Amino acid sequence: MNSFCAVFKRELKSYFSTPLAYVFLVIFLFFSGYLTFKKGFYTIRQADMNTFFVNLPLLFVFMVPSTAMRLWAEERKGGTIELLFTLPITISQAVLGKFVAAWLFLGIALALTFPMVITVAYLGEPDIGLIVVGYLGSFLMAGGFLAIGCFFSAISKNQVISFVLSVVVCAIFVYAGMPTTLNYFAGFLPMGLVSAIENMSMMTHFESLQKGVIKFSDITYFILLISGWIYACGIILDERKAK
Amino acid sequence: MIEVKELRRSFGPVTAVDGISFNVAKGEVLGLLGPNGAGKTTAMRILACFLQPDSGTATVCGHDILKNPVEVRNSIGYLAENVPLYNEMTVGSFLNFICDVREIKGKERKEMLDRVIPLCSIDSVYHQTIDTLSKGYKRRVGLAATLLHDPDVLILDEPTDGLDPNQKHGVRKLINNMSKDKCIIISTHILEEVEAICSRTIIVAKGRILADSTPAALKEEHKCGLDAVFRKITISRPETQDMRQKTKKT
Repeated sequence: MNSFCAVFKRELKSYFSTPLAYVFLVIFLFFSGYLTFKKGFYTIRQADMNTFFVNLPLLFVFMVPSTAMRLWAEERKGGTIELLFTLPITISQAVLGKFVAAWLFLGIALALTFPMVITVAYLGEPDIGLIVVGYLGSFLMAGGFLAIGCFFSAISKNQVISFVLSVVVCAIFVYAGMPTTLNYFAGFLPMGLVSAIENMSMMTHFESLQKGVIKFSDITYFILLISGWIYACGIILDERKAK
Repeated sequence: MIEVKELRRSFGPVTAVDGISFNVAKGEVLGLLGPNGAGKTTAMRILACFLQPDSGTATVCGHDILKNPVEVRNSIGYLAENVPLYNEMTVGSFLNFICDVREIKGKERKEMLDRVIPLCSIDSVYHQTIDTLSKGYKRRVGLAATLLHDPDVLILDEPTDGLDPNQKHGVRKLINNMSKDKCIIISTHILEEVEAICSRTIIVAKGRILADSTPAALKEEHKCGLDAVFRKITISRPETQDMRQKTKKT
């Protein structure tokens, strides 16, 4: 547990000891606000945050892999992986420590969008429960993308390769659940398979949470998705750490 | 304290370590000598539980490297060849991170830091970012992290590489002072270092042990200096002779 905490603490501090955190936060906050207002936040005349949450998947497809790409690729390239894994730390402690630190960092980024909540609350009487569940869904989705990014960061020493692969896979997880994609698949695939694709997509579960209902199946989906990619990351890391 | 049994490790078609076995007792300073690519670093990485052997095993302080890797890592201090450090951290925060991982807390942490910082002469750079340090200082920070928990076993991969003559002398003196209570393995290319600090030498090439003796006994046996002994032993291998013949022809 202590080794996990040590890795977690070091990783979280490392975000703020380099310009990385600040650059990420500024860009994320700018685009999350910009896209919200551009997509007609005022014209729909509703005191909710739907226009904010609906843009997050697209933003996360690019922003989360940019956080995740360095997690293991940097350790492998700089050789610090040798330092880390010759200390009394297990692979699972190291993987979880880094993942949780990065996830918390993304949580901080989400929390810093609080002026949006204040704006909505000032303009009308929003359903706070809906906003809270919306944030929960966004946080879980960020975790899902981060776990995918973590895996691809362990695959390659090159951060650019990790980033590109993560973006592609995250985009697949988002766009597979879009109505246009599902309609296209419905043209030549059996309905069971189309339904399976729909349920595998992150969008289906994210949109379900945006309705304000916490379903067991949606939470389980995100937990399984995150655990699966993190477990695969640990296996890959054990296999490739010295290569 | 260290028992190595028939360790083997290959990387694709290349056999880096080819069935090496040796024991090292407390109070011994074992120098691993060998040309580049001889398998010294791979053997050390296996002992530090960074790599797993294809076959064979080893025990360090009674812990098996395959069954109890975390206990092994707890009881050793390992300095890697290129001294990987987290460059964005300050020396102080880096050493505190090592203390966190090794669960050294409170008063004990203060004592350990107070002992190791002057020992490695890094007082002046304690608050400095590692990225801004010279190669010599980085190596000393790495050495401080290795010695922090006062381990019984030290595995040092080229510990004096990049240090100036004064620093080299300091590190050798440090190793000599610690040698009575610890079991130390060092790898080096510097033969004078072997004579200065090692009580025993193993010469390896192509992953195999070619000689296992004291530096004095090797010199006595071959009736020449240690560098000549090194050349004799490593160049007399058939593979190396082939290489020399090819070089002559060209």
